[in-house]
Amino acid sequence: MKLVTDSARLSRHIMTLLLITALLSTGLLAGCGESPIKSRAVYMLIDTSGTYTEQLDKAETIMNYLLATLDSGDSLALARIDSASFNEEDIIAKATFDIRPSTANDQKRLFQHHVQTFTSELVKGSAHTDITGGVLQAIDFLNETDADEKTILVFSDLEEDLPEGHVRDFPIDVAGIEVVALNVTKLTRDNIDPRDYENRLAAWQKRVMEGGGQWRVINDLERLDRLVAMN
Amino acid sequence: MFQQLLTVWSDSAAISAAIWLVLLVTVLYLGRQQAHHLFSTTGRAVFTALRLASRSVLKLEHRLSQRNRDVLMALGRTASEKAIEREFTRVSTLVARDLAHYPSLHRTLADAIEKIEADYQASSLSAPLPPAWSDVVDTISALPKSADPALNKILDNIKDAIEDSHEETLKAFQKATLERHGHLAKMHPQWRTLKTTMGKVETTLDSLEERTCMIDGQMDRYESIRNNEDAAANSLLSSSLTQFLISGLVLIIATLGGLINFQLIALPMSEMVGGTATIGSMRMSDIAALVIILIEIAMGLFLLESLRITHLFPVIGSMDDRMRRRMIVVTLTLLTILATIEASLAYMRDLLALDRAALQQSLAGVGVVEAQFRWIPSIGQMVMGFILPFALAFVAIPLESFIHSLRSVLGMVVVGVLRTVAVALRLVGNLANHACKILAHLYDLIIMVPLGVERLIRHRSTAPDLSDASASAKTTTDTDDAPTAANKSKRSRSTKVEPVLTDTQEVTP
Repeated sequence: MKLVTDSARLSRHIMTLLLITALLSTGLLAGCGESPIKSRAVYMLIDTSGTYTEQLDKAETIMNYLLATLDSGDSLALARIDSASFNEEDIIAKATFDIRPSTANDQKRLFQHHVQTFTSELVKGSAHTDITGGVLQAIDFLNETDADEKTILVFSDLEEDLPEGHVRDFPIDVAGIEVVALNVTKLTRDNIDPRDYENRLAAWQKRVMEGGGQWRVINDLERLDRLVAMN
Repeated sequence: MFQQLLTVWSDSAAISAAIWLVLLVTVLYLGRQQAHHLFSTTGRAVFTALRLASRSVLKLEHRLSQRNRDVLMALGRTASEKAIEREFTRVSTLVARDLAHYPSLHRTLADAIEKIEADYQASSLSAPLPPAWSDVVDTISALPKSADPALNKILDNIKDAIEDSHEETLKAFQKATLERHGHLAKMHPQWRTLKTTMGKVETTLDSLEERTCMIDGQMDRYESIRNNEDAAANSLLSSSLTQFLISGLVLIIATLGGLINFQLIALPMSEMVGGTATIGSMRMSDIAALVIILIEIAMGLFLLESLRITHLFPVIGSMDDRMRRRMIVVTLTLLTILATIEASLAYMRDLLALDRAALQQSLAGVGVVEAQFRWIPSIGQMVMGFILPFALAFVAIPLESFIHSLRSVLGMVVVGVLRTVAVALRLVGNLANHACKILAHLYDLIIMVPLGVERLIRHRSTAPDLSDASASAKTTTDTDDAPTAANKSKRSRSTKVEPVLTDTQEVTP
């Protein structure tokens, strides 16, 4: 009888052990191989000067891709680069997606609507191109989101053309931010001397790297999967 | 460093190496006895220590085997007792159900028999047979016609009267026979009642006999377990292993069901608790889904425990019936609520998936396409969400079997491991002993030159003794037995000399 009691006690111990193991293993199974979820924040700058107004459909495609990729808790903003871009008014749409998937989907629909309205209503390009101002505005926005991964997408030819009196030749602090130049088109003079194009890219790379950020160039828009690191 | 050592005796590396070799061999030759002693002692020490360890492990294995057997037997005895008890309960139920009404059954039988008897009696009271008037009529008819008409008339009258009386008696007899037939016809239902009642009694008795045979079988098994027979132990072990495998298989199936259930509710859970919050590397929504599934399993455990199907929680098993019934109601209600929640979550999952698909299509610039028969997977998911919790509730049954059989299986595995360890220890001990012996021989191989020289010297010093011995042998043997004696002397020489030459243990420098 004692043996039976002992055995029953042992069985109970085994059951407790099994339950704990089941809990842990299920937890491990569910979380196995997954890194902690990182929030992402993406700020996209669209050049609206000159001929870039004709390439807005490409920008819209990129925005749609971002909307499909980003998830609850992530932030997204779209702003234009015009003559004086260091301005909240240049932000066309911004959103931090809700923790509930259904609400996040609604926010994405609204965002898409804003983007479509912007691209359809923009007819005339800006006279000047203040890229640095837009980047500074983006840095402010991204730092406020406190996201784990911050990205600035610059949809421009990277040729800065500042209005008279604007000062932008100072170092920018892009620590912890990845700056991605998208669809950097070649200008007419680049065809005369291709070194101008290389120099332009190198200048921006140097500026970003010195500011503590990372630099990338993606000209092939078929490779959008490289744009934002997936969780 | 090595180069310096190599050329310490001479500039020529070969000469220096030769000197080193001679020195080494000399040193080894001088330390041969000690080295052999060291090898021998070390080998024996390792061998003895490992043999002791092996014996201890074997003793432990034996004790564990005995313990396993005792536990197995005790569990088998308890199970057998329960089975016998259950059989007796069934017999008791059978007797209470079928034979409790035996008095009324008996009364029915007695009444039926009484009625049959009465009918029989009634049928036996037959009308008196007609008297032997036919002879009288025949006699009167046979009388010769008299000339007296008056006499003839009288005789005719008598004849008529007798014939009338005969007819009346016959009619009365026929009527009585009809009545008897009526009584016999009334006996039919009684016979049928008797037959049915007896059939019932027969079925009950057959069932009882069957139960008795089963009890006999159980009692034999119980007796075998009580006598601690090997056959019973083997049977119990085999049964335990089978139970372990089957319950393990069912648990794997249940785990897969649980995973499907998890997938079904994890996404909609993010709608409730948010999709971004995490604990460690796990999403809060995943944890919430997991908790719901585990609560369902726990409710299932409690429900089956309250129903006394499983016996994992003695506290629940020892509750009084009223409390137990309440517990059944509570757990079943909670389980139903959880199942309903899961069904609604499954529906929500479908809606979310639809919404997401619509958004993706919109972002891709494709018009939203309405899929036909979309309601079929929706309903399927809802039904699955409702049924899976109840299916998971039954996991308690294989879980109990698994836990009970795990003790035996674990015991068996540990016994196997201990046995392997014991064999390995013994093997290592023997290997160490033999390795030391091989080392001693290798040692001798290195110093074989001085050993050979020593052997030659010894051989020369023992040679005169051998010639003396052969000479004395020659003198003591007969001339007839000369070849035999020579052979014997050869044999004796060889046996005498050989140990001196071969037994290196005895040779000292």
